[in-house]
Amino acid sequence: MTRKKQRLYFIGLGMLALAGATALVLTAISDSLLYFYSPSDLEERPVADGQRFRLGGLVAEGSVDKAGDTVHFVVTDLVHEVPVTYTGILPDLFREGQGVVTEGRLNPGGTFQAANVLAKHDENYMPKEVADSLKETGLWKEGEGGYGDTGYGETGSDTGAGLTATPGAIQATSGGYP
Amino acid sequence: MHRYANPTRFLRIANAILPWSTAVMVAAFGVGLAYALVFSPPDYQQSETVRIMYVHVPSAWMGLFVYTAMAVASAMFLIWRHPVADLAARCSAPVGAAFTFICLVTGALWGKPMWGTWWVWDARLTSMLILLFLYLGYMALANAFDDRQRGAKAAAVLALVGWVNIPIIKFSVDWWNTLHQPASVNPMGESGIAIDTAMLIPLFTMALAFKAYYVTTLLLGMRREIAAAKVRALRMAAAQG
Repeated sequence: MTRKKQRLYFIGLGMLALAGATALVLTAISDSLLYFYSPSDLEERPVADGQRFRLGGLVAEGSVDKAGDTVHFVVTDLVHEVPVTYTGILPDLFREGQGVVTEGRLNPGGTFQAANVLAKHDENYMPKEVADSLKETGLWKEGEGGYGDTGYGETGSDTGAGLTATPGAIQATSGGYP
Repeated sequence: MHRYANPTRFLRIANAILPWSTAVMVAAFGVGLAYALVFSPPDYQQSETVRIMYVHVPSAWMGLFVYTAMAVASAMFLIWRHPVADLAARCSAPVGAAFTFICLVTGALWGKPMWGTWWVWDARLTSMLILLFLYLGYMALANAFDDRQRGAKAAAVLALVGWVNIPIIKFSVDWWNTLHQPASVNPMGESGIAIDTAMLIPLFTMALAFKAYYVTTLLLGMRREIAAAKVRALRMAAAQG
């Protein structure tokens, strides 16, 4: 075996070993890499009352109730729901059916007391006219596609439910991939 | 591969490519910027803020692409000891670092109005910050030794080891819950292309402009390094003569 061959195999094996080690480490610490819990995660791994954590999901349709500075809404992953109370200024993108990440504590009544609220944007980009025409023609598929595999459901499971237009629907009206 | 390791042959090829890559860069930047900043439509939710995407997303792609190119060049240098491969890796690092930095800054500027925060420590943002540190570490290490060859070897090993971060960045949004949204352009994945054509064209044009910029600066940088090596060799010869 020549020196070059030796170095080639050495580096190849080294990279494989490194990849394996990294994969093991990431699998082991996977839970702590979650930026937020979904309501389903919360069901599986209950958090102690009063412990601070982040809760993420969609703002349930029709659940937003503003009373002065305080706002009540429900965070859902379309499987489980958690009621949330928040006092303060909401981000611009906060609206029903949109993703949201809140940070705070669960109080004994099961309501999540949020200290701050971040809006989570989804991966869909389109002009207003396209969004309007999708809604008009009924191609705006609410309740399917999207969120099940984009971090709102239980990790790895396919809840198959979401509240955004599917990419297929976008391509149907605008030509899609050039 | 060995044919291109010859600096003279490399210079001939580089000089032939340079005018073309420069022309593509200028044309793509002209068309891409006009589309991205003026002619493309505002988004249905983000309105004009969407224009940040035309710089942010191609910068992120560049950060990953340039690092991968740097890792491949480093492997070629370690295995076959091609000096030109070392030059390619050395000249890639500042370009990749600059685009990673642009990606992080434009992301923060977008995050404040859209998410309501400049920065969060989620898996995507954190792994991208680590990429910037890997670039900076590579540059520091490559120039840390008086013996250029030792610096080149140490930095090449760092570039290869750091490459494990690239798939982590790419798939962080799929593997873990993150505040960052999943990929909008993901032809292999289930979500496919989630960007309207009117926005996809300026995005790809900008990506082409960034890639052409990389090729142009890389070739110019390598040409400069080869000239510098010649000067060093001549000075050595003069000092010894």
